[in-house]
Amino acid sequence: MRYAAPETIEKACHLLASEQGLARVLAGGTDLLVQIKTDVLDPVLVVDIKHIAEVRSITNDAKGWHIGAAVTGAELKEHAALRAAWPGVVEAANLIGSTQVQGRATMGGNLCNGSPAADSVPALIAAGAMALIAGPNGRRELPVEDVMTGVRKLALTKGEIITGFRLPARPKHGGDAYLRFIPRTEMDIAVVGCGVALAIDDKGVCTAARMSLGAVAARPLLVADAANALVGTKVDASALDKLAAAASAACRPIDDKRGTKDFRIKVAGVLARRTAQFALDRAHGKTTQTH
Amino acid sequence: MQDKVQSPMSSEFSVIGTRPIRPDGVDKVTGRARFGADLNLPGQLTGLVLRSPHAHARIKSIDTTAAAALAGVKAVVTRKDFIEQPDGTSAFGEGTLNLHDVISTVLAGDKVLFAGHPVAAVAATSREIAKQALKLIKVDYEVLPHVIDVDEAMAPGAPLLHAGMITQGVTPAPTTPSNIAKRIDIGLGDVDAGFKAADVIIERSFKTAAVHQGYIEPHACIATVSEDGQAELWVSTQGHWIVRMLCAKLLGWDINRIKVTAAEIGGGFGGKTVVYLEPLSLLLSQKARRPVKMVMSREEVMRASGPTSAASMTIKIGATKDGRITAGEALLKFQAGMAPGSPVGPGCMCAFAPYDIANIKVVGYDVVSNRPKVAAYRAPGAPISEYAVESVIDELAGKLGLDPIEFRLKNAAKQGTKAAYGPKFGPVGMVEALEAAKASAHWRSPLGKNQGRGIAAGFWFNIGGETTVSLVLNEDGTLGLTAGTPDIGGLRASLCMMASEELKVPLEKIRVQIGDTNQLGYNFLTGGSRSTFSSGMATVEAARDIKREAIKRAAKLWELPEEAVEWDAASGAVRPAGPNAGKHKPMTLVDIAKIAGKTGGPIVGYSRLNAHGAAPSFAAHIADVEVDPETGKVSVVRYTAIQDAGRAIHPSYVEGQYQGGVAQGIGWALNEEYIYGQDGQLQNAGFLDYRIPVASDLPMLDTIIIEVPNPAHPYGVRGVGETCIVPPLAAVSNAVSRATGIRFAELPMSPPKVLAALDAARANGAAKI
Repeated sequence: MRYAAPETIEKACHLLASEQGLARVLAGGTDLLVQIKTDVLDPVLVVDIKHIAEVRSITNDAKGWHIGAAVTGAELKEHAALRAAWPGVVEAANLIGSTQVQGRATMGGNLCNGSPAADSVPALIAAGAMALIAGPNGRRELPVEDVMTGVRKLALTKGEIITGFRLPARPKHGGDAYLRFIPRTEMDIAVVGCGVALAIDDKGVCTAARMSLGAVAARPLLVADAANALVGTKVDASALDKLAAAASAACRPIDDKRGTKDFRIKVAGVLARRTAQFALDRAHGKTTQTH
Repeated sequence: MQDKVQSPMSSEFSVIGTRPIRPDGVDKVTGRARFGADLNLPGQLTGLVLRSPHAHARIKSIDTTAAAALAGVKAVVTRKDFIEQPDGTSAFGEGTLNLHDVISTVLAGDKVLFAGHPVAAVAATSREIAKQALKLIKVDYEVLPHVIDVDEAMAPGAPLLHAGMITQGVTPAPTTPSNIAKRIDIGLGDVDAGFKAADVIIERSFKTAAVHQGYIEPHACIATVSEDGQAELWVSTQGHWIVRMLCAKLLGWDINRIKVTAAEIGGGFGGKTVVYLEPLSLLLSQKARRPVKMVMSREEVMRASGPTSAASMTIKIGATKDGRITAGEALLKFQAGMAPGSPVGPGCMCAFAPYDIANIKVVGYDVVSNRPKVAAYRAPGAPISEYAVESVIDELAGKLGLDPIEFRLKNAAKQGTKAAYGPKFGPVGMVEALEAAKASAHWRSPLGKNQGRGIAAGFWFNIGGETTVSLVLNEDGTLGLTAGTPDIGGLRASLCMMASEELKVPLEKIRVQIGDTNQLGYNFLTGGSRSTFSSGMATVEAARDIKREAIKRAAKLWELPEEAVEWDAASGAVRPAGPNAGKHKPMTLVDIAKIAGKTGGPIVGYSRLNAHGAAPSFAAHIADVEVDPETGKVSVVRYTAIQDAGRAIHPSYVEGQYQGGVAQGIGWALNEEYIYGQDGQLQNAGFLDYRIPVASDLPMLDTIIIEVPNPAHPYGVRGVGETCIVPPLAAVSNAVSRATGIRFAELPMSPPKVLAALDAARANGAAKI
């Protein structure tokens, strides 16, 4: 196995594109190194992107936020302004692993690991994040919900890497949240995950809403009906019931060691309601902690 | 933390019952302590195991030629390299021993019996080469149908693991083989008459899942065998004399060829009382003439070591309207894994032990299936059978409209109660524990929304056994204590405290170590909650030996007969026994140490004994749970463990044992389970999907230590480490049942199961939430 640590995106893409054998990008390594050690993956080339400045920074302007793909969970948490703008995204990223893992784990890695249960992904999808992609043929953007195409499958071509995420500025009365169901309280993996981002007007009427579910299908889902359930309402009980029904209806889960189909479908509805309530409270300016 | 342990004796001790810092503590918190995988030797090789991919298959052939020829591979072993062993059982510790089964667990014979079953082992100059060598071993399997579940394994027509297995304990003996290794019958009185006398009878069937001990440190060892055949083995184990004996028998070596040193141990809970890697590393080392280190991965630990039985049970209990239990009947079917030896025996014996019941009938079955052979797990068998019994007891209390503590008190075992498994109890603490539960602030506290409170009793025998301890009086009067039972839960601290109490020597003047197998006579392992009891008894005896020797030496110096010199317990010195003996200045052990040379040479206290009189420990636990009505998730919100310690030598380590047992019991109740696919493969071989509780899953686990001293121990010690895992399963289940209005009869009560039960009950209007 060869290890490379280029200092530019272009060099990284070139290395990946020109490798004939299995090549993998290393950011935090909290998934990749485990997979190598347990013989799940045996790459011939590992390209460490942490020496590329662009993927390690958080910046913002009037249009919104740029978060480098290799920014760690701990760094996200320490960024007060980002946490105030998109608390759901930061909290979701901070649910991954332990405190120690948070010192390494990244959202770029969380997405590219290709697990339907990735915690930060539904939060990013709900927030309307765009994935920033660089490759041998230049740069492009994709909505985060279009990056994963199935379990361990990504819409990236050979040599392409995710360099970061672009998030919109937080709407004036906006709020987001991410909740997951796990049998324990931490150190676990989502049986169902749910991200909600919404905005309300001065009268408290919902003007925009996005909801995403994790671990209920082969990839994280953007639930389009969520907006129909909430927009134009005050996100009251009946709207939340509609949202819960839309969440359950969107699920295409499997029975596995972590939960039954039936359980996931029911809990997706429960989580949708609870997550939307958190997001709404935040939109109303209440300070709430989900975890 | 209790300021004062509830004790019938006044504070007659100066050291016992206090909470000094443990002697092994600093090394552990600074990372200096050396565990199983921490020893490295020059020239060592890495040993790895090839494991079966199939749950059940015949091995048609194994070809190791290509692996052995790979550069860097120094040795390969298969079952052929081991001597054949007799297929028969003998009593051993808390269970039985069959050497044919032991070697078949270490390396498969003509069949692999579970996915993960070792087939061959290699030693190579690097891990990478060893891994490559495993891939080069060609095993030709004929895959056979498998069976995982205990009820399915007992059903007619089930795939047979052992063609010649005839159920023992059945008369006349069956003529056809089955997966039922043994039937056990235990009884007392006349259950038919007992049930006739009952006003209310409840009968219910239960299932529990296989759970792993979950020790954080994987199995690890390093062996080195010299050219003249002398062997040394460094290993994480609960009993190095047991490891030595098993390895010697499996290899056909004299016992004195093998020196075993017990590393610091990162948890065992019964799972490190057997051998897996040790015989392989010794044989690989002998073949390679190099040290061979072997460390299991977590996945190997989960797939191929440990767990305890999954079980299927039916319990029937009858009682009169006024709350007197008239009869109890239990049918216990325990899955043993690939070879006989489930803890169904102790499961049967413990089932009704917390109660004074005149009529009892228990039938147990030891059943093999295509899973790893079960190993001891903290009070082996008792949590399973007592969970089922305590669930029915609780339901019966509800049906009779009786307070669950009062109902238990009315039937509690006490001094003189005859247990179904034979003995009459001496002084025991069941009543005291229940009374303390009733008096606790916890029992009287209000419950919140969606919450329920459960109580359950628990019992475990505890054992004694063979033990050797030496206590050296050094030249400066300090002491060196060597015990042979690995320290898992604060043993070294407790032994030092007993020696200090006995000799009135400050704790810091006593240094304690766990000796290797060449340093002491035989020691049975740390298990059965025996170490503080047995090694403690031997430590006290060794200290008394020192005192006797001190008297002899002073008598010699003072030219007095020994009877004219006595030990003054208050000052910790020898002195003339009375005015007639002359005016000699009393001599402390420091003084005695100075004259040791000229009065007869080195002074060493020694004790080798078979510790008799181990006494059972009873417990009552209270659990409060909150159930999320929408997701079925159960959270334990408050917990109190009340248990008789006999005497708490170091209360913090007694409390630590209680809390540890409760944590494991809660895991067993709520989330832990071996999950198998249709293919017979374990689906959750790791701590992500095998869910032991993490710290944030648990509330502060409160403890109340009761002390009803054990008359057989010089300080009244009972074992404490095992009883504490017995009540939590039922305490939590009873709490969930009371919170939801639904009687749960299957563990674990994981969220999908609880939510499904809630939805089903809601459909008939039977759910409380």
